Amino acid sequence: MDIRVQSEAFDPGAETNAFTARAEGAGAVVTFSGIVRGEAGRLAGMTIEHYPGMTEKALTSHAEEAVRRFALTDTLIIHRYGDLAPGEVIMMVATAAPHRKDAFDAAEFLMDYLKSRAPFWKKETGADGGTWVAAKDEDEAALRRW
Amino acid sequence: MIEVLYFAWLRERVGCPRETIETSAETVADLVDELKAREERYAYAFQDVSAIRVALDQELSSFDTPLSGVREVAFFPPMTGG
Repeated sequence: MDIRVQSEAFDPGAETNAFTARAEGAGAVVTFSGIVRGEAGRLAGMTIEHYPGMTEKALTSHAEEAVRRFALTDTLIIHRYGDLAPGEVIMMVATAAPHRKDAFDAAEFLMDYLKSRAPFWKKETGADGGTWVAAKDEDEAALRRW
Repeated sequence: MIEVLYFAWLRERVGCPRETIETSAETVADLVDELKAREERYAYAFQDVSAIRVALDQELSSFDTPLSGVREVAFFPPMTGG
């Protein structure tokens, strides 16, 4: 299990290769990366705030829960904070399991939890100043299926 | 003495990221009422508590939870990670 909260950019391709290379006993690796949308030039970028201490704890407990529920052999979460430009990678998750269904389901489970239970807050910056991104009802609803 | 943290638009409205508060509030809701009575900026920040989440010692909690033994209270809007 590898959990990283950082302001620095990272290379999701290199991370995927390293994760796959150490995925002993797995038959499937699923990865997801989230990137900053440009919204057709409307957005200058995004600032992500987080709660140091609680963030790492929450991510670790969600990752441990995913490993238990889906019998993962390994999992990786990297999430950035600070200022990001359109097109930059915000975060990624990777899951490794003996079979693909568990790897896919665990990745979705982790994403649903990251969206509404990990203490990050996004602020979009643009020509009109800054706007805090509002949480969506559908993100909260997505948690209920787990 | 309790450490109170604010994040995102709540931090902007209160005007600081954290502060140490002397309080005898029994629950989170009592603490919020105390803050709102203190100054206009708190009343503005906490006007709609349905839009606010709370963590006690870095674990998500609720407004009716007792504060006894708690060292750190954090207030923030619903989280938007991922």
